[in-house]
Amino acid sequence: MPASLLWAVDVHGRVYSLSSAGQQWELGRDAPMEFKRVTAAQQCCWSLGCDSSIYLNVFASDLPVRYKEETYENQRWNPVDGFSERLLPSDRWQWSDVTGLQQQPLHSFQLPSSSWEWEGDWYVDENFEGEPTEKEGWTYSIDFPSTYTKDKKWNSCVRRRRWIRYRRYKAMDTWAKIPSQPMSLPDPFSDISCGGWEISEEPGDRLSLWVVSLQGKVWFREGICHHNPEGSSWEEVPLPGEVVQISCGPGDLVWAVLWEGKLIVREGITRDCPRGLSWAVVECPSPEVGAIHVSVGNGVVWAVTKDNKVWFRRGVNSHNPCGSGWISMVGEMIMISVGLHDQVWAIGCEDRAVYFRQGVTSSELSGKTWRAISAPRDGERSHSSASSQQSAGRFFSGDVQAQSVVSDADSDVEKGSADGAIFTTPEPSLGSPTEPPSNPAVDAPKARIPKVTSDSFISELVSDRDQGKPLKDVPSVTPAVLEEEVIPADGEEIQLCAEEALLSTESRGGPQWSNVDLEEAQTGAVLDLAETCSLSSVTTFTLTLEDGAEEHPMWAWVSGEGCSVDSSSQLNWFSSSANTTSVTQSVQSMSLSISPAQTAAWRRQIFEQLSERSRREMDDFKHYEQAIEQYLHAFINEVTILVPVLNDSKHTFAIYTDERTKQRWPIRVAAATELEMYDWLALLSVSCCESRGIQGPPSKQAIWSITCKGDIFVSEPSPALEAVPYPTPCDQMFWRQVGGHLRMGECNSAGIVWGIGYDHTAWVYTGGYGGGFFQGLASSTDNIYTQTDVKSVYIYENQRWNPVSGYTSRGLPTDRYMWSNASGLRECTKTGTRPPSPHWTWISDWAVDYSVSGGTDREGWQYAADFPASFHGYKTMKDFVRRRRWARKCKLTTTGPWQEIPPIPLIDVTVLPCGAQSSVDTIPLWAISSKGDVLCRLGVSAKTPAGSSWLHVGTDQPFKSISIGAAGQVWAIARDGSAFHRGSVSPQNPAGDCWYHIPSPAKQKLKQVSVGRTSICTVDENGNLWYRQGVTPSYPQGSSWDHVSNNVRKVSMGPLDQIWIIADKVQGSQSLSCGTVCHRLGVQPVDPKGQQWDYGIGGGWDHITVRGNAMEPPRIGLLSQKDTAPPTSSSPLPIGIAEPNGTAVC
Amino acid sequence: MADDKDVLRDVWFGRIPTCFTLNPDEVTEREAEPYYLLLPRVSYLPLVTDKVKKHFLKVMRTEDVEEMWFEHEGTPLKWHYPIGVLFDFHASNTVLPWSITVHFKNFPDVDLLHCPTNSMVEAHFMSSIKEADALKHKSQVVNDMQKKDHKQLWMGLQNDKFDQFWAMNRKLMEYPTEEGGFRYIPFRIYQTTNDRPFIQRLFRPVSTEGNPHTLFDLLKEMCPDALTKDGEEKRFQVVIHGIEPLLETPLQWLSEHLSHPDNFLHICIIPAPTD
Repeated sequence: MPASLLWAVDVHGRVYSLSSAGQQWELGRDAPMEFKRVTAAQQCCWSLGCDSSIYLNVFASDLPVRYKEETYENQRWNPVDGFSERLLPSDRWQWSDVTGLQQQPLHSFQLPSSSWEWEGDWYVDENFEGEPTEKEGWTYSIDFPSTYTKDKKWNSCVRRRRWIRYRRYKAMDTWAKIPSQPMSLPDPFSDISCGGWEISEEPGDRLSLWVVSLQGKVWFREGICHHNPEGSSWEEVPLPGEVVQISCGPGDLVWAVLWEGKLIVREGITRDCPRGLSWAVVECPSPEVGAIHVSVGNGVVWAVTKDNKVWFRRGVNSHNPCGSGWISMVGEMIMISVGLHDQVWAIGCEDRAVYFRQGVTSSELSGKTWRAISAPRDGERSHSSASSQQSAGRFFSGDVQAQSVVSDADSDVEKGSADGAIFTTPEPSLGSPTEPPSNPAVDAPKARIPKVTSDSFISELVSDRDQGKPLKDVPSVTPAVLEEEVIPADGEEIQLCAEEALLSTESRGGPQWSNVDLEEAQTGAVLDLAETCSLSSVTTFTLTLEDGAEEHPMWAWVSGEGCSVDSSSQLNWFSSSANTTSVTQSVQSMSLSISPAQTAAWRRQIFEQLSERSRREMDDFKHYEQAIEQYLHAFINEVTILVPVLNDSKHTFAIYTDERTKQRWPIRVAAATELEMYDWLALLSVSCCESRGIQGPPSKQAIWSITCKGDIFVSEPSPALEAVPYPTPCDQMFWRQVGGHLRMGECNSAGIVWGIGYDHTAWVYTGGYGGGFFQGLASSTDNIYTQTDVKSVYIYENQRWNPVSGYTSRGLPTDRYMWSNASGLRECTKTGTRPPSPHWTWISDWAVDYSVSGGTDREGWQYAADFPASFHGYKTMKDFVRRRRWARKCKLTTTGPWQEIPPIPLIDVTVLPCGAQSSVDTIPLWAISSKGDVLCRLGVSAKTPAGSSWLHVGTDQPFKSISIGAAGQVWAIARDGSAFHRGSVSPQNPAGDCWYHIPSPAKQKLKQVSVGRTSICTVDENGNLWYRQGVTPSYPQGSSWDHVSNNVRKVSMGPLDQIWIIADKVQGSQSLSCGTVCHRLGVQPVDPKGQQWDYGIGGGWDHITVRGNAMEPPRIGLLSQKDTAPPTSSSPLPIGIAEPNGTAVC
Repeated sequence: MADDKDVLRDVWFGRIPTCFTLNPDEVTEREAEPYYLLLPRVSYLPLVTDKVKKHFLKVMRTEDVEEMWFEHEGTPLKWHYPIGVLFDFHASNTVLPWSITVHFKNFPDVDLLHCPTNSMVEAHFMSSIKEADALKHKSQVVNDMQKKDHKQLWMGLQNDKFDQFWAMNRKLMEYPTEEGGFRYIPFRIYQTTNDRPFIQRLFRPVSTEGNPHTLFDLLKEMCPDALTKDGEEKRFQVVIHGIEPLLETPLQWLSEHLSHPDNFLHICIIPAPTD
């Protein structure tokens, strides 16, 4: 997980941020003024200044925020002038938008605010649907509006061309004021909350910003998206009352607090309507005091009432945004902030410290305990230790105690007994909060005892009680003790218990209960404070508390919405490193089958006779052949790869030898448990490596491959692997697994290896080996890190139309399952679908997926005449069936020799294949971001494989694949399927100067490119492999595409111009394998396209990179062969491909 | 002391050394060598004689080949009986290896069922299992199984996979402890003295008084002649899987441990050797 920021404002209005990887609060020094509130997303932070204006701070990124302005110049032909700007009166404007309806001359384009700058001047677009146009970029047609072609024909009467100009958001990493709207200027703002990024198709693409004005009105900021971070305008949202505070979660939850203390919930928030439709009122937890603050996450709502009590709302989700009931939580807070992964931060009522809720997991959303964040502020390092200890110790321990008592009391009530003995549990030392904070040394360590309390227990206890029932008589006596109590069905009993608790402890005279008095004494003050807050909740603290603030920071506001941590994160925010990683030792239960003494004569007789029978019938005939062949075998030194094959029901792995690779028929070995399977795998893997003398990390020449399960394998190439004409057969390559989980990877001969996960996270290889299930000797001790990956599982909801009830889930008997996979052949229900393997766990709920090719309607449906057919995103008369895709995210956590390179998500990466002369020489590395931006990594060398920063390389359209050759030649594929060559890339000018457009092969859309030493190969969407013909140093763009082969999914060109691919389907003697590593044979300088394929490991292979293998094959073989026995060398048919599957490829 | 589980293994891995010779009347191009094989007792002839067929076809002309069948000392061997039963019934006290004659013509339609493919064997095997479970559990267990579970039983037998078979067969051998056994014991008694192929009737594992029935109780009810009367010389052997269990052996235990994979307890009553 990359570092992200927790934001907070102290009582003086200063903004601080705390990195999830850091240890101290960093002051935002460039703030133009004091701030009242902040609300952060992962890519930016919004704030409310003391001048009641809104400020935006977009975090600097190597990826600029750019916006493409475009306008069309239209011309018509007339016999006199030829094409001219004289149009017919009925024609469109001479300068217009693409539809022609809007007049758009070049000078009409203005920068939206002072935060923007132009990147350059207007220029003509000379790329038309992937094809280069004539110099001036005109496209022709018979008339407006029509389809355009790039060629002028005899009947071309009109023409148009597109002008492009980019503007760039320049106010990165500074607080830029959002210009106020001249017309309907909302009155001064008093609260602000952003969220909603998860309801858009691409997470983070769109943002919802809600603000509250001093008059209690709510405004929604329209049009905030990636390329328009400021948004466009304010829209007022009608309200049932006056709002004092609002909170917007990352998904579709928006709650607000009304002035009188009720809560309102926004309903009808969808992807198409991020503003929602209506409000629903939710009663506040205790009607007498009323709510003062609310904060929502993905599926949780936390609220604070005016008496500073904290409440958790049960049962909140997208379908039921109002939830079902309140649960009282421990702690007294003035505000709460729910962040990513529903993690919770709060500001303590008494000490104004920032608290983090520990133990919040998807199964226990209410968490376990509050823990004070004791990170020092930047600049107060000198006395950091003292202050941190203080803040950690203060108040916190009181909570723990109160909580523990309550939980005991609860269990007591549950049991229906009033046994006082149970109250003896709290140890006196825990009751230290009465001690003044001048004794931090004693105080702090105890406060950090991670006491597990019973919120979860409570939520179980109270399943669905009447929420209307107030807690009238309960808290008046002992608010501190019962603060975590749920609204009781029978308050008396609990009160009795509490009193008895007091009595019993008082009688013992223990000091541990004095905190009750303390809390009571504070209540008054707290209420005053709350009063102040409610009336003018936005005023920052006056300076009267200056003294206290000197000792420890006094916080006024915290925002965790952009802070990506979860309960498993290791945080350095707390003064001691209470490492909670519990070493869980899995002890396998031994089931011993103990046979009882079976002495019955009949039983003994049977045993004896059976033995006798075996002797009689078998002992003398052991040399006879068995009728049924029993045993499979493979010799350890013949094993070429061990592949884990894990699914829900079976823990198996596949063993291949070269022969079995030929047959596509591995030995499958099943183990009883996953643990046992990995034990076997690790053991066998070590043995196989040992028998081949392989140990330690992979070499720089290693070939890396990745399966569709994300497992990573590496093979050490023999020098003869690329020999011509007799290379090592591909199926004899030995592969061993490396820990980690990737979707693709790229290596070079300097040992630089980068990978990209399914969630587009970039990873760099650390030089280690092992990880994952490899332990001990099979794994390096350092350079192994935690790695996570996230991907979506998709299922389809299918419906058929009938004249009576329209579309329903009642299909024809011949139809596919109404809930199915993409093919419709397998039933996949929401409840029955499980993550891909036990390693994956769900991290989200099922949600309609709108990003399906072909488009969808507003509810995500796609229509077609019948199953199976091609679906489209709108309904026509002929459509009788429809379907929609549901997605659910799952997450995997493993370990491996990989380190994350935040923050930009990537879809492709390439490294110059050859090694550098020295370990500090920089090596070019290019990548494509998940949004299609081309990036060039600076500072990459053998010593620092991660590099330092990204340099953005501008393109006119999103790209999807990129590759750099040994001479620094950069080729890329754009999303429209055409190729581009980057000119003038050199060590001095690592990003080159401009793109040359290379048309794709006729009627084909390219999808991937790989450049070797001099060869360039591409793969198109129909699985064809193309070789670029005519490339010379003086003409690096080449002349034409030559077809090499079909049946290709992916290509990797090496520094020797070797060609390796992932073939789509390969037929073996026993079975067919999809996704197979293949090696092109016969590739020579005179024949760079090679002759034919040699088939290697396969069956679910997704990716290969051979760009590290720069080992020249031994030349002796070739020479001696020429000298001695010139064979029938008309066609150099290499050995090792004599299998009968030669027709599958090519 | 051995475990009851070992009995299951011993039963499963029982092998009969067999010598297959081609019927001398068959027309061959050259002389056929005999073929020696270890036959699993619990399997069926068509499942284990692929190699035999292949061996003899080498010397035959294809036009002379009809459906293969086996015969022992003039008796055609029924493929739908387990091999162990065939051996115990026809060849118990003969010299090993068991000598079987292989025929490729003159199929004895009167005595034998045709078996064109192994799916015939599968159908027969599965119907036996279902019949047995009908007796044991009113078919409840076998009906609760899925198609793949049935397949697992069959594949276990076909590929001689003890663990695979018993992982599933275990379920068929369960019974409510309070009832002390199955509803009825699935058994078949084969006799040489009778024209009927075998005896199969309803018989409970526990008597009405609650005492476990023994092998003796079963035989007394089904074929009292097989029992040796007091003072009389032993006339018959009661053979299950090549052994003679004591008559006091509880029937329920026998059914659980000495049943064939088809879940039937096959009991052969054969004349005792005279010397």
